[in-house]
Amino acid sequence: MKTESVLEKVLTSGELAVTSECGPPRGSDADKVREKAEMLRGYVDAVNVTDNQTAMVRMSSSAACIIIKQMGIDPILQMVTRDRNRLAMQSDILGCYAHGINTMLCLSGDHPHFGDHPMAANVYDLDSIQFIQAVRKMREEGKFQGGSEIDKPPKMFIGAAANPFADPFELRVARLAKKVKAGVDFIQTQCIYNIDKFETWMNGVRERKLHEKVAILAGITPMKTVGMARYMKNRVPGMDVPDEVVKRMGGVSKEKQPEEGVKIAIETIERLKNVEGVRGFHIMAIEWEQKTPEIVERAGLYPRPKF
Amino acid sequence: MITAERKPMQEIIDYVSPFNRILLVGCNECVTVCAAGGRKEVGLLASALQMSFMQRGKALDIQEITLERQCDPEYVEQLVNYVDRYDAVLSMACGCGVQEVARRYKTKPVFPALNTKFMGASEHQGIWAERCQGCGDCVLGVTGGICPIARCSKRIMNGPCGGSTKGKCEINPDIECAWQLIWDRLKMLGLEDRYEEIMEAKDWRTSRDGGPRRIVREDLAS
Repeated sequence: MKTESVLEKVLTSGELAVTSECGPPRGSDADKVREKAEMLRGYVDAVNVTDNQTAMVRMSSSAACIIIKQMGIDPILQMVTRDRNRLAMQSDILGCYAHGINTMLCLSGDHPHFGDHPMAANVYDLDSIQFIQAVRKMREEGKFQGGSEIDKPPKMFIGAAANPFADPFELRVARLAKKVKAGVDFIQTQCIYNIDKFETWMNGVRERKLHEKVAILAGITPMKTVGMARYMKNRVPGMDVPDEVVKRMGGVSKEKQPEEGVKIAIETIERLKNVEGVRGFHIMAIEWEQKTPEIVERAGLYPRPKF
Repeated sequence: MITAERKPMQEIIDYVSPFNRILLVGCNECVTVCAAGGRKEVGLLASALQMSFMQRGKALDIQEITLERQCDPEYVEQLVNYVDRYDAVLSMACGCGVQEVARRYKTKPVFPALNTKFMGASEHQGIWAERCQGCGDCVLGVTGGICPIARCSKRIMNGPCGGSTKGKCEINPDIECAWQLIWDRLKMLGLEDRYEEIMEAKDWRTSRDGGPRRIVREDLAS
């Protein structure tokens, strides 16, 4: 084992891993974090804590991670390179690790253009791949990105994102290969609605044996309404929602759409369980966290292994 | 070239309205090419200011002059015969020119009439786009001649990010995805293998992050 991460333990055991997501509040109320995390207790192996998601100011990921860790739930520290330079990011990693947080996700983050501070400077001192390299160096060499020695180096289990649906498609496996080369341990993918395209991507991943070097968790987001399906199809960059999915959501009455969305999510999980190289699921029930336990149970992923 | 655009008229008027005698100075270099601050634009702005002053019943004595290069002390020196006769200088050069005039004529108020935008090239008639951020350590040799620092919205060195859609950047469909362009060009050059070489974290000291930069050429410095 490279780290003390529970997620690493689950993946090493060969069980399908389950992670989920908790967006910190747009305010300073710690109870809001606790409420959201409590719903997920026992149903997931670790909870991603987003970092100023969609470029909107929220409680910091590191602070929310500490709150969740104190509840005895394992957080995954998401960190974007948009807001802070390499000094700030490394110091936050030290601080979080000091609080027992040992799993993180290295991201570039949404451009400030999309958020509520479009006038903010965007930092991007590092990109996500260089960030993975830096965290890996902290763990493996015990050195900061700048080269000096770390007293008690943080041993982070390192995650990153992959979007199999963005353009150009022919680069999507190659870009994953770069993240693997940089030293990533696990990947959480963009939400999957176009399963055929995801399987094509996975074929490419297996051809290069990347699935043997990195654990891929398939991204699942249940849709609540046909409106959400249309919005994701038309308005969210890098999202691939096939017409059939929109039709299926629109084919049932408004009251039944949430259940239809959950059904689609469960069917997707069932189908992806059979895809070689899929090592677990990252269930992002956006502003619908209470549905996650039900999806985990109905998809046969409950109970979670204990470590 | 360095590109620029004229400031909103009201902002320029606010700068110069306390004065009656203004020296309006254009530049015959980049801002002439991008039609922002050359002889022609100097003439147009002078007329517009005359009109504006006239409407408010004020007299304006405005002298137009366009220097060969406003960022060069040798040419800025040519203003020496005019400056004393005017209350203020309104510069239509880029920020380099404005500052050079301010440095040479320390007791004279100097105002910018332009917003300096970026180092870029002309894409079509009337359209200019950013090409270079002057990072001080050019990577174009390994990126197929397309700069990810200047042309990727997140300046990512190992792209494309997950927001690249049909060759366009997620923040604006008018912006081409730099990494799509890089990939297309690497393919044309038969250099696809190069894509998977990780570009290491950049040393930004050569860029603006290392503090204001200077070039000292011992062979030329006297």
